[in-house]
Amino acid sequence: MSEIKKLTTPLTEEQIKGLKAGDQVSITGVIYTARDAAHKIMVDAIAQGEDLPVNLENQVIYYAGPTPAKPGKVIGSCGPTTSGRMDAYSKAMIEQGLKGMIGKGPRSKEVIEAMKEYGVVYFAAIGGAAALIADSVKEAEVIAFPELGPEAIRRLKVEDYPCIVAIDSEGNNLYEIGVQQFKEE
Amino acid sequence: MRKVSVNEIIKSVREMCISAACDLPADVEKLIKDAVKVEESHFGRYSLEKIVKNVELARKEHAPMCQDTGIVVIFAEIGQEVQIIDGHFEDAINEGVRQGYEEGYLRKSVVEDPVLNRKNTGDNTPAVIYTEIVPGDKIKIQVLPKGAGSENMGALKMLKPAEGLEGIKDFVIKSVTQAGGNPCPPVIVGVGIGGTMDKCALLAKKALARSAGEPHPNQEYAALEKELLEKINKLGIGPQGFGGKVTALAVHIETYPTHIATMPVSVNLNCHAARHKEVVL
Repeated sequence: MSEIKKLTTPLTEEQIKGLKAGDQVSITGVIYTARDAAHKIMVDAIAQGEDLPVNLENQVIYYAGPTPAKPGKVIGSCGPTTSGRMDAYSKAMIEQGLKGMIGKGPRSKEVIEAMKEYGVVYFAAIGGAAALIADSVKEAEVIAFPELGPEAIRRLKVEDYPCIVAIDSEGNNLYEIGVQQFKEE
Repeated sequence: MRKVSVNEIIKSVREMCISAACDLPADVEKLIKDAVKVEESHFGRYSLEKIVKNVELARKEHAPMCQDTGIVVIFAEIGQEVQIIDGHFEDAINEGVRQGYEEGYLRKSVVEDPVLNRKNTGDNTPAVIYTEIVPGDKIKIQVLPKGAGSENMGALKMLKPAEGLEGIKDFVIKSVTQAGGNPCPPVIVGVGIGGTMDKCALLAKKALARSAGEPHPNQEYAALEKELLEKINKLGIGPQGFGGKVTALAVHIETYPTHIATMPVSVNLNCHAARHKEVVL
């Protein structure tokens, strides 16, 4: 299997074009956590023409809601949540300039079409491997919606966060390719 | 009449909430390690190896293995010769959950209203509590923190008796196929058959409380579990849905008598972090 590709955020068009479904990558830089409730508030804000708490231009959103940090730690366990629940919101986020999404599990056709149109990549992290993933998080800060608790938007600084390119900007989809390869009968 | 203080219940539930989140039971860990040996897909093996490493790290650092530390499902068997003293049973369970989630730095994932006001209750209560009155003077409490990624992929169908065994198999396979990579495979598949609509859903959840991989005591149902497991593992979904040989670690069936006119079947999936703890007081 190919070597691990190192990526830095914010993502550039060149970085995104060089990624293919099935590539192993490690991400370094700033990423933002946001999940169901935060997405709903942001998409409602977009519809009202209001500003978002984060400028999404070229940014990466990580679908995650960490456990509370223990004393002396920057964050608790911090694995990906099911991306499919964000499908209803993702097109609106992509239209705001979002270039990368990190989560787990397949995406809808509509999201994949928007990814192709705007040049966006979807990374999969290992669902459940939350203690391990927390080691890649070097800084964490709540920047919006603290009242949402685990669903608040956090600005994370990550180093060598390991992911797999699950769906690339051309729409190649590891969830389909991989399953077809191993399906029997 | 044997007396059991609610303080004992609070303490046990508190400890089980914390240990369930951080310490995967040996039965599940063994099945995951066995899966590494048979998985042929590159990303499947990669995922399983990371999962094993994560389980070991979580145990060593007393950190939750998954950030979704779940909504707490409680199965309690209360001996009819036990008198619970110093308080109310369900309050004690919820107090144990409250203390465990706070002291264990676990994520509070429960909202107070499902639709109108999805405000976090802030302490992961209430738990979902099922009690059964049984003979004897002991109390058995099982704690199953249930993550929603897998819970969302559950399904229930009221089959006609004429649809028979084939109808059941088709429904289970279809449910796992539709779930795909979402429930964090490899999964444990809980299957409930019989009872009424509500009882059937509960049976599927109870199936997840069984020791992972332990076959049904009835040989014919045990054979059906084996057949379903083999069929599921031919779907190609694989660990994390990246494709592979191991989509499920085990299939557990629970049954109950039912009405002449019906044959309910339900599927409740658990992720690879199939957490379960129990205590007998």
